[in-house]
Amino acid sequence: MDVIPIPQLTAIMIEGLHYTYPDGTPALRGVDLLVRKGETVALMGPNGAGKSTLALHLNGILTGTGKVEVMGLEVNKKNVRAVRDLVGLVFQDPDDQLFSPTVEEDVSFGPLNQRLPAEQVRHAVARALTWVGMEGSENRSPHHMSFGEKKRISLATVLAMDPEILVLDEPVANLDPRGRREFTELLNTLDGTKVIVTHDFDIARDVCGRVVLMEDGQVVADGGPADILSDNGLLERHGLL
Amino acid sequence: MKHDFIDRYARLESPVHALDPRAKTIALFAIVICCVTTPPGAWWPFAVYAALVLVIANASRLPLKYMATRVLIVLPFILVVALFVPFMHEGGPTYDLGLFSVSRDGLIVLWNVTVKALISVSCLILLSSTTPFADLMHGFERMKVPRFFTTVASFMYRYVFLIVDEAERMKRARDSRNYRGRWIWHAHVIGHMIASLFLRSQERAERVYQAMSARGFDGTFPRVSEPKMRAADYFFMLAVTLAALSGRLVVLWT
Repeated sequence: MDVIPIPQLTAIMIEGLHYTYPDGTPALRGVDLLVRKGETVALMGPNGAGKSTLALHLNGILTGTGKVEVMGLEVNKKNVRAVRDLVGLVFQDPDDQLFSPTVEEDVSFGPLNQRLPAEQVRHAVARALTWVGMEGSENRSPHHMSFGEKKRISLATVLAMDPEILVLDEPVANLDPRGRREFTELLNTLDGTKVIVTHDFDIARDVCGRVVLMEDGQVVADGGPADILSDNGLLERHGLL
Repeated sequence: MKHDFIDRYARLESPVHALDPRAKTIALFAIVICCVTTPPGAWWPFAVYAALVLVIANASRLPLKYMATRVLIVLPFILVVALFVPFMHEGGPTYDLGLFSVSRDGLIVLWNVTVKALISVSCLILLSSTTPFADLMHGFERMKVPRFFTTVASFMYRYVFLIVDEAERMKRARDSRNYRGRWIWHAHVIGHMIASLFLRSQERAERVYQAMSARGFDGTFPRVSEPKMRAADYFFMLAVTLAALSGRLVVLWT
């Protein structure tokens, strides 16, 4: 897709991004991607395609060679704090995301790092918990919760920071069908730009307006869910069917 | 999996639970220090300490059975160490029991070790069972315990159950393939399990750190609010400390 980026409308712009893991494994080999503001994009592809690695570049956890810009801000060492205010990353395993003894502490962790005053932190925590349907769970311990609840709290810890762009790594993996459906509905209620790394066709179809297919560290297809997800030849070639 | 948490009853409501962690820490450590420095042969001081512990335990509304089982866990360790002292101790008056004799000084040592251990352990259990672990750590931080220790302890408390679960799952997967661990050359399997548990924990640590960085973590933990010590906290702290000290000082006059 040849698009000329219009700065005011661009949420994420990636150009020629390469990344090699410290052990020498190449993970990204020249990724170009443009995400417009307000768009919800499914990032799909087989295991090892580089989807999660790409997600980690979106708020500067990893930095490769090439160019990554979010909301017009280049992702580099200097801008990393501002970038992390803009881009919220929800990790796949909630036990990696939730490290505090209580829900309240975990959800307030991000806003506190943003150095918000106490009153606003409390407000942000309450609002985020309400968004994910977990209001009143402030004093519970995350490690006592069910997997689905932990997933919701993980999302809340990032929503509390009020990010412009939400990046979710496998949001419904390991959830039971009802948990999957509820989480999908929850995602649909959230405004803003979203990038969702997933293997789940339902999420791609029901939540996303666009599907980006990756393999071997490159974007191999990009289009509407109806086109991409019905192209059996394409899906089979890239290990999704 | 479900685990028994050390602070399982830490969220009950009672006058003791409501106290500031700092007040509880100082008061209960005062009892411990007075207790372990009381010379053997004294009786009244231990009655004072025991009474203090019982009063606090009663006010804390902790289930008696829970307290008792927790305290009794240490008994076997004491008995292994001290049970034989009365029979081995030489010198001083002895009581003849026919086959063997029992030393009076040895008996006092046994009594001392047992009573001091029971009272000290009760104090620690009271502290950890009436204070949520996180509050306890924050209390320590405000008492100038280095952040490094409290952070490590907090993460340990958070992740130890996860690691136990992981080990348990690995063990099940191993046993379901009929591992018996019968001979010494089977031991390498356990070595491999420990190694892969270590690697998994290390990888998890990496991911947890990434998730924290993604939320703007820069090495410090800002807090929402810093609770203040209230009059009740000071009163509890002073009353318990003075009571324990007076018990300790009785020895000097007698």
